[in-house]
Amino acid sequence: MPLLEIENLSISFQTRGLTIPAVTDFSLTIMPGEAMGLVGESGCGKSTVALGIMQDLGPAGRVTAGRVRFDARDLAALSPRDLRAIRGREIAMVYQEPMASLNPAMRVGAQLAEVPMTHEGTSRREALARARAMLADVHLPDPDRILRAYPHELSGGQQQRIVIAMALMSNPSLLILDEPTTALDVTVEAGIVDLLRELRRKHGTAMLFISHNLGLIRDTCDRLCVMYAGEAVETGTVAEVFTAMRHPYTQGLFRAIPRLAARRATEALVPIPGNAPLPQERPPGCNFGPRCPHVVPRRCDAQKIPMLPVAPPHASRCIRWDEIDWSARPPAGEIQPHAPSGETILRIEDLRKYYETGSGLFGPRAGAIVKANESLTFTVRQGETLAIVGESGCGKSTLAKLLVGLETATSGRILLDGHEVQHLPVEARPRAVVADLQMIFQNPADTLNPAISVGRQITRALEVFRQGASDADRRARTLDLLDLVQLPRAFAARLPRQLSGGQKQRVGIARAFASGARIVVADEPVSALDVSVQAAVTKLLTDMQRETGTTLIFISHDLALVRHLADRVMVMYLGHIVEIGPAEAVFSPPFHPYTEALLSAVPLPDPGAGQRRIVLEGDIPSATHPPPGCPFHTRCHRKAQVPGTLCETVLPPMQRFENGHAICCHLDRGILEGMAPVIAEPSSGQ
Amino acid sequence: MALAALALTVIVFALTNLQPNLEKLARTQASTRMSDAEVASWLARNGYDRPMLIRYSEWLGVVPAWRGEDGTGGRCNTDPAPRFCGVLQGNWGWSTRFQGEVSAILGDRLAATGRLMFWVMLVMIPAALTLGILAGMREGSRIDRALSTVAITTTATPEYVSGVLLIALLASTQAGLSPLLTDLGLIDRPTLFLGNARSAATEPTFWNLALPVATIALAGMGYIARMTRASMAEVMAQPYIRTARLKGLPFRDIVLRHALRNALIAPFTVIMLQFPWLLNGVVITEVLFSYPGFGWTLVEAAGNNDIDLLLACSVVAVVLVLATQLISDLGYVWLNPRIRVR
Repeated sequence: MPLLEIENLSISFQTRGLTIPAVTDFSLTIMPGEAMGLVGESGCGKSTVALGIMQDLGPAGRVTAGRVRFDARDLAALSPRDLRAIRGREIAMVYQEPMASLNPAMRVGAQLAEVPMTHEGTSRREALARARAMLADVHLPDPDRILRAYPHELSGGQQQRIVIAMALMSNPSLLILDEPTTALDVTVEAGIVDLLRELRRKHGTAMLFISHNLGLIRDTCDRLCVMYAGEAVETGTVAEVFTAMRHPYTQGLFRAIPRLAARRATEALVPIPGNAPLPQERPPGCNFGPRCPHVVPRRCDAQKIPMLPVAPPHASRCIRWDEIDWSARPPAGEIQPHAPSGETILRIEDLRKYYETGSGLFGPRAGAIVKANESLTFTVRQGETLAIVGESGCGKSTLAKLLVGLETATSGRILLDGHEVQHLPVEARPRAVVADLQMIFQNPADTLNPAISVGRQITRALEVFRQGASDADRRARTLDLLDLVQLPRAFAARLPRQLSGGQKQRVGIARAFASGARIVVADEPVSALDVSVQAAVTKLLTDMQRETGTTLIFISHDLALVRHLADRVMVMYLGHIVEIGPAEAVFSPPFHPYTEALLSAVPLPDPGAGQRRIVLEGDIPSATHPPPGCPFHTRCHRKAQVPGTLCETVLPPMQRFENGHAICCHLDRGILEGMAPVIAEPSSGQ
Repeated sequence: MALAALALTVIVFALTNLQPNLEKLARTQASTRMSDAEVASWLARNGYDRPMLIRYSEWLGVVPAWRGEDGTGGRCNTDPAPRFCGVLQGNWGWSTRFQGEVSAILGDRLAATGRLMFWVMLVMIPAALTLGILAGMREGSRIDRALSTVAITTTATPEYVSGVLLIALLASTQAGLSPLLTDLGLIDRPTLFLGNARSAATEPTFWNLALPVATIALAGMGYIARMTRASMAEVMAQPYIRTARLKGLPFRDIVLRHALRNALIAPFTVIMLQFPWLLNGVVITEVLFSYPGFGWTLVEAAGNNDIDLLLACSVVAVVLVLATQLISDLGYVWLNPRIRVR
């Protein structure tokens, strides 16, 4: 008997007289102990399904059709009292933002103990003892300290472990995880994924794992359900769906995500054209029709498409699933060869940036110093793409700010064409220097002025940098730039709020290229976007770079994306460069142990891809108290291979290999060169 | 704090020592029928004719005190007279209006106001917080709208309006409820409450203190309630409240254990800011009910150009404002564990 049975569920939200259908005709079953994945992009309704199961849709949300049965009980028919008895005790939930989902003013112990105290009437003393045992289960060190801590005193990874522990306190039979690792760094994510798998083995808890990350679903689930525009479009076992997908959206999603696996990395990304429809503007018939390469007019849009069985339990919401040639590759083909890199344009020498922090209640103290960047030395050549990768707090964004002059350096030099600019804040830089060094920001919504039209904002950039001879000329150039970033010219008159996230980022790119920049610093330019849109914006960025011969400094935490587009890669950890070199060299042995761990932690969506798994202990140390010696030694899995206390005491030297590949490590050259690849070639698949 | 007090006292000293004000003082102290020449000689005899800066320094106690020609008079009339005799030496001077030591008068009056404020706070804060939390815990509900209307109405009504209304309604032998209740024999006093609170300074009872307390509390309450409501509504929309809800906690526990403390962080600062702001209300209300407290004294001192008393009142006001700010900052740290003194 299924543990959870969702039958033709429809959920709508009521806003200002408008009814917005968030989820339509959604069915799903979960057997006891099973792990079910729910995949989709933002706005597809996957979180609404989770809240629908919990019967917590808020005053605006309403179930308009269908039912949710848990353990053969209709959840909608339960009294509030019975519902409370299920929430937290039989169905528990883990959320995306661990910091936000813990009460900031309550000690962790009290928040954990509350669950058995509410549901089982346990005494406070016993509940705390159980909380303590549960903390050991989720592998948190020093449980007594953590029980007394407030959430803000813990790191993001520790907070998420607390939320998971809290969900498991009453040993629920179903655990709903809503993007549980999205807010976390990839090495921390790997630890959480391992923990979830272990807990599932131990407690036999069924899971509904909601994520936009296909690799993560492959790592954790038995079955999955792909959602698009409020509907399930494909469902089946992970093995079936990943090897023989039978819905164009699933396939589009697969082709749009960059791969880390060696053979795949050179394939061009195939973006899904267009944007997901707004809930109130869904097309007739197939929701995916307008974006589908296989759409047949008057057939796909003629009637509502039901879920069609492929080979039970595999099902697809595509009426052409048995007509389409699923193995045909789209025409996009291989990546075009990159123009060879030219002269050195930017030289960074021994660059450091320290921040002073800490002003207490009684005035500023000679406080802690955050060492954001430590002794960075590297060069950037004309026309190349240099990717900077690292986890949060590694100093990559600080470096970006130093380059464009939003911050000034503490010491060291930034030489643009041989001229020092590190001491000049952006307002003091000569206009030509500012025009040369432009930036694309992570969140396009925050960097466009909401009250000024898109075209005006691009024209303004042209005016500031004295581009164009007259106003008419600048207006014409604005329209050319819109063409270049593949936006309709009519968008010039629109306000930013009338654009989607991907379109806004295109405007951001147009603005950065407006000055004729020679170097564009892009700080996580696509990480706020959905995967299908990510591919399109990435492609645009690389195309524009190739056409204009611009140098691109691409900052990202996404290794697959970096592998896909970078010529050279620089890996940072706690403000230090730990590895730098041509992309091929960095992604294959010899590795810096941190690069090795990073690569092994990325969840791969490729079926059959072999991956050595290294899960790092602990968290990234604070930049206020960086460890002495090698910054990575506190988490390094290869420390034992270095004799003595070298790692703890001495900053490692840069060991140089061919083609400018360098690794900052104490490991013996022989060990470094003898390393095995992290990712094996995927055997088959589409 | 010392700087603020210094600046304020300089200003008050300068204003109270303007020539017309001093002449008025001389006439009220000696005789209203004095000629201009007599006024001038009175001022000279009492040391008022010397430069303002010197006299201010004497008041402060940084230059030796002035003595009359016969060795008597001036600020300190003890024997032997100390060389310095100013605020820094603990001598707050002589009140010309009440004919007594300023420190003694002000002490009494502050104590009286303190008693009044104690009851105001005791009524106002729990009432305001309850109102705000009940309104904010279900934003947009009927109870929210009803309570918000009450809060806005009370705040929008100044003390001199609400005070007069309360007196007319509850403390008049001719109008309002009192005649009705007397006729019915429900009360054995002529009025339900006493409209004049002079007796409350010496022996406070519910009968004589209720109206001034209600007047101040009503005006202050609405503002705090609105702040609490906004803060509570914001907290109730937070993800950690959803976490608590989906843990299966009953609504009462969610409000009391999870929302309350977080919702009190913002209003706490407002409540502490309210203390100095309530001084306004205190002045109006104390005068309205003839309650001999700090506000009433301040008005009397200002009306009679009582230099030493006014200066002392200013210092007290500054200390009060700054002290409440300090308490508010410390309390904020206590409520919000994210801010901790290391």
